[in-house]
Amino acid sequence: MDTIVEPTEADRAAMEAHRARYEALKAAGTGAAPLALPPPTGLAEAPLDPARIVARETVPGGWYSTLRLARGEALRLIDTAGSGAAALFAWNAADPSERLNHADTVKVQWTTRLAKGRVLLSDMGRVLLSIVEDTTDGAHDPLVGVSNAAGTLAKYGPGTFRNGRDNLVQGALKLGLSRRDLAPVVTFFAPVIVASDGRFAWGEAARQAGAFVELRAEMDLLLVVSAAPHPLDPRPDYAPGPIELVRLRTAPVAADDPCRTATPEARRAFENTDFWLAG
Amino acid sequence: MSIHSLFDGAPAHVAPAPRLDVEVPARAPWSGVVRKGERLRLIDSRGQQAVDTLFYRADDFAERYSAQDTLRVQGSAYISTGTRLISNEGRVMLTVVADTCGRHDTSAGACSCESNTARFGRETKFLHACRDNFVLEVSRWGMTKRDIVPNINFFMNVPIAENGDLVIDDGISAPGSCVEMVAEMDVLCVISNCPQVNNPCNGFNPTPIRVQIYPSSGL
Repeated sequence: MDTIVEPTEADRAAMEAHRARYEALKAAGTGAAPLALPPPTGLAEAPLDPARIVARETVPGGWYSTLRLARGEALRLIDTAGSGAAALFAWNAADPSERLNHADTVKVQWTTRLAKGRVLLSDMGRVLLSIVEDTTDGAHDPLVGVSNAAGTLAKYGPGTFRNGRDNLVQGALKLGLSRRDLAPVVTFFAPVIVASDGRFAWGEAARQAGAFVELRAEMDLLLVVSAAPHPLDPRPDYAPGPIELVRLRTAPVAADDPCRTATPEARRAFENTDFWLAG
Repeated sequence: MSIHSLFDGAPAHVAPAPRLDVEVPARAPWSGVVRKGERLRLIDSRGQQAVDTLFYRADDFAERYSAQDTLRVQGSAYISTGTRLISNEGRVMLTVVADTCGRHDTSAGACSCESNTARFGRETKFLHACRDNFVLEVSRWGMTKRDIVPNINFFMNVPIAENGDLVIDDGISAPGSCVEMVAEMDVLCVISNCPQVNNPCNGFNPTPIRVQIYPSSGL
């Protein structure tokens, strides 16, 4: 027989208190929080200031690149042609056992819509990257991940078509890491929608030439970015657009920075980050 | 002995006895190997109890369950009968063959002391959590925190709306609900019977579950 300990009256009171707190957090997280986010960046807004640029590189469609970002630097990803996708994975450079956790990112923030003002979280409850600019209003994918060799062959037929999984493996190994260090990614410029029956749909209309996202590093990071086609991209031929990577200096973060203050969850994740990096 | 006497009193359609049948206490971890062809059955004995689950290829732990590959191959967001559980190398690890609950999550991951602080406040840091179960359990097999990836949450109800809203809702799993899967390769199964009390994934009251492994049907 299963071992059951029935809750006491005090236990039941605690359960009710936990439920009340959860319901309040849920109502705020799905109600007030999205309204407190900054509006999406206009395509003509936030022009690149040459004085901010540390380095830049264009990743041809299908390829990948690795880079490091110092705390306070930012990475702008640009979908130059409106037909690219940028799958990203990140590690804490000082301790790569801390890395992007897509599940905590969506669960803690109550949303899969990673728009301007949202953050990407590590498995340790800390902020790796803040989304400080986003022209797409969160048309990105934290759920479906990348293509692999078999899927790419099945979709595009035989040929020398690069795929996301191998790109990420190559990137991780070039950073001195291994297959064991990879986990689910976030893909920018991949407008995946979850329909009411759970099926995935693709919102092609959200893609736009020149779309960009800017991610501010909240600790020193190692990153890999793959520009292979997203597995749900309906285009039948293999023609992924390039992704431009621009590494940028940023201004000191203000106390009222939208990414730090928009939601209570982000505020607490930043408290964790600040506590860890203090001194 | 005639062929008929082999089946005396045991019609062929009756499932064989499990080779393993254990209760996993509330809040506790469990791990064990499921061989190719065997069936793993998880039973939510009391209902509304999330069972955080990871799989590793038994002879190469670098190959492990991948939430995103599973959803990519399936083309939809929830796990139920017919879902093939896919590894990071794109191979089928197990196939879900029966499910009396109806829907399971693989997008919300496991709870941890650290994420609890961001979700519910600093005062929730020092509460037992799935990640601590996973850390202890994978370390018994020579693995480290690096090997812990986002998992499946059997019996956990996490609807995702078209606008992206994602919430942990009250469980839809009745007492005795079970989910059953056939191993397509030898796998190590690692479970955390979720200790979370800050959201409805365990009805705010973690309870025991049962894990059963049935031998291969030989068919």
